[in-house]
Amino acid sequence: MSVEAREARQPWILLSPALGAVILLLFVPLLFIVVYSFWLRTATGADQIGFYLDNWHEALTDRFYRDILFSTLRIAAITTVVCALMGYPAAYFIARSSGNKVILLLLLMLPFWISYIIRTMSWINILGVSGAFNTFLMSIGVIGEPLNMLYNETTVILGLVHFLLPFMVLNVFVSLDGIDTNLEDAANSLGATRWQAFLQVTLPLSLPGLAAGGLLCFVLGAGTYITPLVLGGPTDAMFANLVFEAIITQLNWPLGSALSLMLLFVLGVLVMIYNRYLGMAQLMKGLG
Amino acid sequence: MGWGWPLIRLWTVLVYGFMFLPVAVVVLLSFNASQFGSFPMTGFSFRWFVELAQNDAIMRAFRTSIVLGLLTALISTTLGVLASLALVRYRVPGANAISTLLIAPILVPEVVLAVALLLFLNFLGLHKSFALLLFGHVIFTLPFVILVVQARLIAIRRDVEEAAMSLGASPVQTFFQITLPLMLPAVLAGALFAFTISFDDITGTLFWKPGGVETVPTQIFAMLRNSISPEINALGTVMIVMTVGLPLLGAAIARQLARKSGS
Repeated sequence: MSVEAREARQPWILLSPALGAVILLLFVPLLFIVVYSFWLRTATGADQIGFYLDNWHEALTDRFYRDILFSTLRIAAITTVVCALMGYPAAYFIARSSGNKVILLLLLMLPFWISYIIRTMSWINILGVSGAFNTFLMSIGVIGEPLNMLYNETTVILGLVHFLLPFMVLNVFVSLDGIDTNLEDAANSLGATRWQAFLQVTLPLSLPGLAAGGLLCFVLGAGTYITPLVLGGPTDAMFANLVFEAIITQLNWPLGSALSLMLLFVLGVLVMIYNRYLGMAQLMKGLG
Repeated sequence: MGWGWPLIRLWTVLVYGFMFLPVAVVVLLSFNASQFGSFPMTGFSFRWFVELAQNDAIMRAFRTSIVLGLLTALISTTLGVLASLALVRYRVPGANAISTLLIAPILVPEVVLAVALLLFLNFLGLHKSFALLLFGHVIFTLPFVILVVQARLIAIRRDVEEAAMSLGASPVQTFFQITLPLMLPAVLAGALFAFTISFDDITGTLFWKPGGVETVPTQIFAMLRNSISPEINALGTVMIVMTVGLPLLGAAIARQLARKSGS
């Protein structure tokens, strides 16, 4: 074999374990749920192999599924907007701070490292009937009876924001940190106020970071099912809860497959639109 | 600047408060002497940590999580380092597409990934097992390792490797004596990432775990069905110390190594 041929083969040898793993453990299985979604679960509990559209019909026409899909997308959208509103100024502060940016960023990322389930349940300690908030309000005499603040859609969103905010801050920070501050000074010297300079120079330049953070918040938020279980009420199920129900509780794998593909499709379209306009490289910057 | 900057600073302080308040409350309540995991505090006590250490189910879950996390980190980091080397050090046709492909597991909702893998292995006639759990965790952590390692590798100059090779080192020798030591901080960071993500994962784990096997998060989740016991808060505190302490330790080591190699 020539030296060139060996050179050309080497990267593929290095890549093959990782590529093989992703193809075998992600892409091939994804093909399988497509196949499974056309099977049928019979009354006996066995799967009938074939090409049936029943699961798809049920998943696409049953109002129950549609309503939960829409409410899931709504919750994810609200979460994303709240994360952007809370996270952008914080990221701006860190990026433009004269102090130690690394420490500030690390500090904000700390909760990100703390167990998701612990962080989620910790809100019960805050908002519960004998939680910190009620105890505080009663001790200063604002309320006589503890308030019921838990187990509703708002607490689900609260939990999601707490979980996803670091993703937003990190992405916006990476974007802002890459913008030359001289640009703002230049705008100022040309007569723009600080606010105008921000709106017309900095904000547009940081939009890719905001979009990357937004995409991550939305996709991760829309795919969650632990948060509504821990912090939501009985009617606050999200789409992933339906998938879990179908697969693990009812063992109706064909229906579960169709539902997962629906979720994948909706979020996949979003990722593709993002990729078309901004590209994956932007996302990779903010994830590392 | 006017009033804008102080306002942004105040906002940022509030955001930090929002992020840390729940964590602080968990730590605070874990030292509560009361038998309920809630306010008011009745005194300071370590009793819940003692009970925790004597809880067999939790200790078993800890062992499972640690073994799973270590194996995940080992496999994920190995695959990730090899792939990053190929992507950064070689001209690979379609490198961008391959990168996107390798990052895909982050962008597929974890629930879908979990269902897909479960069904596929079932189709192959394999039942839920520790191996399935491990496969799932590897595929889920691999993108993070690749992102971290790739970013570092790009910053390491190629000349150093070429110099070693021109002095007669084989590619393998060059890797172990030059490249690996230089990228060690990122490799360690990637491994820590993989370990922590695996240790923390609950979504996929609930789908993949065989009956009777619990990891720490699924164990907590099962315990939450009743109510928040002080024990859960104590467990939360232990996990906070672990998941915050380990990456901080890792970062400190990485900085130390980077300083050494950078000079």
